[in-house]
Amino acid sequence: MKNPSPIGQHPAPAESARPGTERAPPARKAEKTSSSAVSRRDFLGGAAKSAGVACLAAVALDQFIRTARSTEAKALRPPGAIDEEEFLSACVRCGLCVRACPYDTLHLATLGDSAAIGTPYFVARETPCFMCHDVPCAKACPTGALNAEIPNIRHADMGLAVLVDHETCLNYKGMHCSICYRVCPIRNEAITLEKQTIKGRQMVIPVVHSTKCTGCGHCEKHCVLEEAAIRVLPRPLGQGKAGRNNAGRGLTGHGSLKRGV
Amino acid sequence: MNRKAAVEWLTSDARTYAAERRGWLYAHRFWLARRASQALVLAIFLTGPWLGLWIARGNFASSEILGVLPLADPFIFVQSLAAGHRPILLSLIGVATITAFYFLVGGRVYCSWVCPVNVVTDTAHWLRDKLGLTRDRKLDRRTRLWIIAAAILASFLSGTIAWEFLNPVSTLQRGIIFGIGAGWGIVAAVFMLDLFVTRRGWCSHLCPVGAFYGLIGKHSLVRVSAINRTACTDCGACFKACPEPHVITPALKGTGTHLIVSGDCTNCAACIDSCYIDVFEYGTRLSSRHAAPERFIEPQPAQ
Ligand code: SF4
Ligand code: SF4
Ligand code: SF4
Ligand code: SF4
Repeated sequence: MKNPSPIGQHPAPAESARPGTERAPPARKAEKTSSSAVSRRDFLGGAAKSAGVACLAAVALDQFIRTARSTEAKALRPPGAIDEEEFLSACVRCGLCVRACPYDTLHLATLGDSAAIGTPYFVARETPCFMCHDVPCAKACPTGALNAEIPNIRHADMGLAVLVDHETCLNYKGMHCSICYRVCPIRNEAITLEKQTIKGRQMVIPVVHSTKCTGCGHCEKHCVLEEAAIRVLPRPLGQGKAGRNNAGRGLTGHGSLKRGV
Repeated sequence: MNRKAAVEWLTSDARTYAAERRGWLYAHRFWLARRASQALVLAIFLTGPWLGLWIARGNFASSEILGVLPLADPFIFVQSLAAGHRPILLSLIGVATITAFYFLVGGRVYCSWVCPVNVVTDTAHWLRDKLGLTRDRKLDRRTRLWIIAAAILASFLSGTIAWEFLNPVSTLQRGIIFGIGAGWGIVAAVFMLDLFVTRRGWCSHLCPVGAFYGLIGKHSLVRVSAINRTACTDCGACFKACPEPHVITPALKGTGTHLIVSGDCTNCAACIDSCYIDVFEYGTRLSSRHAAPERFIEPQPAQ
C-alpha cells in the first residue's frame, strides 16, 4: 500500500474520495516497509537470535516444570481425575471442582503445596472425600480433566489406602481399634477385618482391597494415632505390580493398576 | 500538608496538567472507571464464597456465569492443545465467547479493565514516578511474543499447561478468589521488577497473557482515536501516561487513520484522561469519522 500524502501535509480532499472509502492506515504501513527494507539483515538476525532464546526459555521452563512435578507425586486428585500426565495438560486451574464440593474437601494448590500450583488436590488427613453419589466435582469440570461421565463415585480412584506402619497400628498390637474399618464408606468391600494368628495371638487385621478402595481418605482421617498408620497414596505409589518374575504363580489380577481395568 | 497539596502530590506527573485545568475527577475519569471495573469483576467472583450469592464460579481461566455461560482463557486453551489435550465442547464454547468479546471491545481491554496485576504494575509505575527512580534496564517489547512461543513450546515438551506453573496473572486472581498462600511471592516479584528494574517491565514487555490478547486486539473493533489531533499542543502528557507510548505516534502524528491500531494498546484511556484539550476519544474501526484522515472528513460533501 502506498502513502497517498507526504507526512506532515494535509492536502485538500481529492474529487473522488468520500468518507469511508479509504480506511487503511497508509502512513503506518509505509513506515514499516521502508524500515524493514533498510535493515532486513538486522531483522532476520534479530529474529533468529530471539527464536534461539525462546527455545532456550522453553527448555528451561520444561525442566523447571519437571523438577516442580517430581515433588508432587503425593498429591491426591479429585474424584474422576484422568491420568496425572494428561491431567496437567487438561486442568486449567479454574477451581470449579473446588466450588462444587459441598464439603470443602478440595483446594487449589498455591506455591509450596504438594500439587502443581493452581491445581486441585485434597489432604485426606484434613478433610477426606465424602463420596457424594453424584460426584458433583467431576460434573463441574469444564475441561475433561475430571471425567464428568464417571457413572458414580465408586469409580473414582483417587488413590489407594495402605497400612504404612503395621507396627504402630493398634489392631496389630492386639487391641480392637478398627476405626479405619468402621469409618470406611464402603466397609466390607474396600476394607475388611481378617482374623489372623500372629505369634500365637488371635488378631483382626484391617485389609484394604485394591480393586474396591476409592482413596477417599476416611480411614486416614480418623486413624486414632498421632500420625496415621493407614494412609491414602496415589495409585502409582500405593500399589505394587506383578513383574515378569511372578514367583511361579500365575497372575491373579492383584497387582494390576485399577486404572487400567 | 493540607488536603489539596496531598492530592496534588498523589497525582501522577502525566496527569497534573489535565487535573489542574479540568479538575482531578475529570483527569481520572477513565482511571476510576477502570478500577471500578476491575473491582467489580473480582466482586462478581467473590459474592459466591463470601455471601453465598453465586453469580460466577471459577476464575478467569475458566468460569461459569449464572450457572450457564462458560468462559475460558484462549491462551491457556492454546497451551492445553499444544500439551496434547483434546478439548471438550464446553471449553471450545468458552474460548469462542471470550475471543469474540475481545474482538468486539478491543483486544487488551482485559489488561486495563479486568486484570488485577494491572493494579499492581500501575501502582509500581506511579511509585517509581514519585520516588524519582529512573533506573531502567531496557527490554525489547517483543520479548513477550517470544515468551508466548516459549510457553507453547514448553507445553508441547512437558505435556502440561506450562505457563501456569509461573503465571503471576492467574496466581493473583486465583489468590484473591481462592486464598493466595505463598503465591504472593510471584506477585511481589512483578511489583519489584516494575519498580526497581524496568519501567513498565511486566505488562509492556514480558506478560504473554496480555501479548496474546494483543494479537487478537490488532483486529478488534473498539479503538482509541486521536480524533482532534490538529489541536495537539505537543505537551507530551499522553506519552507519559501511556503504558505503551509507541502506539500513539502513528495516530497522533501521522496523516492516516486517527485510530490507534496497534495490538499493544490496552484501551486503558490514560491518554484520554491525561490530555487537557480532549484530543482523544473512543472510536470504532467502522466509523468513517475515526478511520479516515481528516482530509476526508473536514469538508463534508453534500449527500
Ligand atoms: S474443575 Fe477441572 S479444570 Fe477446573 S480446577 Fe478442577 S480439575 Fe482443573
Ligand atoms: S480410602 Fe479408606 S475409607 Fe476410603 S474407600 Fe479406601 S479403605 Fe475405605
Ligand atoms: S484406625 Fe489406625 S490404629 Fe486403628 S486400626 Fe486403623 S490403622 Fe490401625
Ligand atoms: S499485560 Fe499481563 S499482567 Fe499486565 S495487565 Fe495485561 S494481562 Fe495483566
